[in-house]
Amino acid sequence: MTRFRKRKKTVIITFAEHEADILANLLRNLVELLYDGMPPRATESSDPLAALLDNDGPTSPPEDVVLQRLLPDAYSSDDNASAEFRRFTERGLRDTKAGDAKRVLAALESSTADEGITLEGDDQLSWLRALNDLRLAIGTRLDIKEDDYAVWEKLPEDDPRRLTYDLYDWLGYLQSALLHNMR
Amino acid sequence: MTTAPSELDSPEVDEAIELSPPWVTIVWNDPVNLMDYVTFVFQTYFGYSKTKAEKLMMQVHEEGKSVVSNGNREAMERDVEAMHTYGLWATCEKS
Repeated sequence: MTRFRKRKKTVIITFAEHEADILANLLRNLVELLYDGMPPRATESSDPLAALLDNDGPTSPPEDVVLQRLLPDAYSSDDNASAEFRRFTERGLRDTKAGDAKRVLAALESSTADEGITLEGDDQLSWLRALNDLRLAIGTRLDIKEDDYAVWEKLPEDDPRRLTYDLYDWLGYLQSALLHNMR
Repeated sequence: MTTAPSELDSPEVDEAIELSPPWVTIVWNDPVNLMDYVTFVFQTYFGYSKTKAEKLMMQVHEEGKSVVSNGNREAMERDVEAMHTYGLWATCEKS
């Protein structure tokens, strides 16, 4: 069972060992997904102007539904404006999300079960955002809909989606508990 | 440098444009994001009071969307990008 403690502005999370491993695995998958299919940046190629402007990002939404949710269109009814926005920002957004996930991963990997993980202000933000991205990813895969909480809670034990839903629910608990302990 | 005109024409201004900034950031409802988290994001990123942040969050939840900021297009694109960083579903629209 995960425990949370609050000390002034820091929050200390203590995971049971298998819980830390589960969370780390989910985060590794997320980082992999975020970099999946991304061509190298212009900074890694020979076009110095493009490298300077960082404007060589993709112009169409990703094919994967999870990535579509994590990297949504910025305009609801203007495809050209969405494409331009994406070209300038999508790489950065992927980097920020992967950066949050990696920060949480690093903390999980360097912690021991007894002493817990101490989160300062900036860590807390990265944790909240990474937990949220995991929930978005899993919630999208499960096709969670508004107000269908009761249906998911009543899934039979042998339903193949049960384990995934339990993870989704647990991530929500972690995010809520962290928020609560930050106050 | 130039001298002041001897006669002042009254400026022609479209008041509707003057009064409300032309672009807005809209946050859309989403079945995954927790209500407390959405409120936290509005407080943290925009610096809104808890009361205002909760009001906007409830509007997103109950009406499906809410205008969370307004200003020029560049500023709204920055806000939309920030909302995406936090995992909120946001778009930039002309008001």
